[in-house]
Amino acid sequence: MSDVKNEWPLWEVFVRPKAGLDHKHCGSLHAADAKMAVQMARDVYTRRLEGTSVWVVRSDQIVASDPADKGMLFDPAEDKVYRHPTFYELPEAVNHM
Amino acid sequence: MYTQAMDTASKEELQALRSPVRSAEEAVLEERFDARIDDGAFIEAKDWMPEHYRKTLVRQISQHAHSEIVGMLPEGNWVTRAPTLKRKAILLAKIQDEGGHGLYLYAAAETLGTSRDQMLDALHTGKAKYSSIFNYPTLTWADVGVIGWLVDGAAIMNQIPLCRCSYAPYARAMIRVCKEESFHQRQGFDALNVMMREGTEALKAMVQDAVDRWWWPSLMMFGPPDAESPNTAQSMRWGIKRLSNDDLRQKFIDATAEQAKVLGVTLPDPLLKWNAEREHYDFGPIDWAEFWRVVGGDGACNRERLADRVNAWDDGAWVREAALAHARKQQTKAVAA
Repeated sequence: MSDVKNEWPLWEVFVRPKAGLDHKHCGSLHAADAKMAVQMARDVYTRRLEGTSVWVVRSDQIVASDPADKGMLFDPAEDKVYRHPTFYELPEAVNHM
Repeated sequence: MYTQAMDTASKEELQALRSPVRSAEEAVLEERFDARIDDGAFIEAKDWMPEHYRKTLVRQISQHAHSEIVGMLPEGNWVTRAPTLKRKAILLAKIQDEGGHGLYLYAAAETLGTSRDQMLDALHTGKAKYSSIFNYPTLTWADVGVIGWLVDGAAIMNQIPLCRCSYAPYARAMIRVCKEESFHQRQGFDALNVMMREGTEALKAMVQDAVDRWWWPSLMMFGPPDAESPNTAQSMRWGIKRLSNDDLRQKFIDATAEQAKVLGVTLPDPLLKWNAEREHYDFGPIDWAEFWRVVGGDGACNRERLADRVNAWDDGAWVREAALAHARKQQTKAVAA
């Protein structure tokens, strides 16, 4: 079996579809260094005008929340309806504020 | 295409995939997992999943990826011999797409804890299979068009339901693949259509000959009949597979029979006939002995395809090593500075 340590490292690719929009995660690829990662991201993910800018980040540099903590982290937002504008019923005359 | 993976596994391989539930805690987790699947929820890479689900997916996704990159080989045969610059540019773009599809899929499989090198190793040692369709030769330019129309057409039929696969990284990869694949089928039909409309009698005969050779292997791409596909039930239970082999095959035949009329070619099946009662086309028996022979390694091009892959990998070794050495050197320099 091949030695895994000889693999080019994994990078995550983020593409900005057009000026004014956020970069969005679109996939990953292996590349030896950052320059090659950008070049390959351009070749693989923007062949049909999908992007005007790419970011690449080493996958092992990304810190992610633990799925096991999903409830603890995200459930508390569920019962806070007062954080949304639609929670407030205002008189008709001012309801477009 | 390319969900033949589970159907063509040996009994021993399948047995190895099925690991018994080990503890009460795991049984609870598996129950919760099944409930999520029933709710139509997506499973992400870091979520808990049964080992059998993980192994089944690694197997299916990696073999799907292998099919994409081996699929570049029969078409590569025609890059330097494409009839016009336009057709050459189209063919190059299509082959480049297939390489990209392989990459999306390898990346999806890697999220399950396998490495790219492990997967390629399995391919190169013959442990992992790829779709049997690529073990047929591309003898004429018409074959390139027919591959687009029939082979990519069958692939799309198979891949569209996979966009709703329960494993989210695979589903996301499939959405991207399907978007690009549509051009593959259309360019194939277009290439054939030009030959049938404007070509000489010899060109038309060449198209018909290619259709005659590729029709049955294309139908085999959907895998063996449901009755002989014992893994379908579990894969459907887990939302890895959404439609059965036979259902997909029928859908493909119904769509293609109509397209063949527009093209003006005959599909090589004397029993192919519209059945008004079933509202489907009836079709003749498929030669499954041929399918198993090709899966087993005895197709026209099995040895050639694998040798090409292994050579490409071995010949590229010095490039991979040099790039890595260069990156390390640059890094050391940056740290020292």
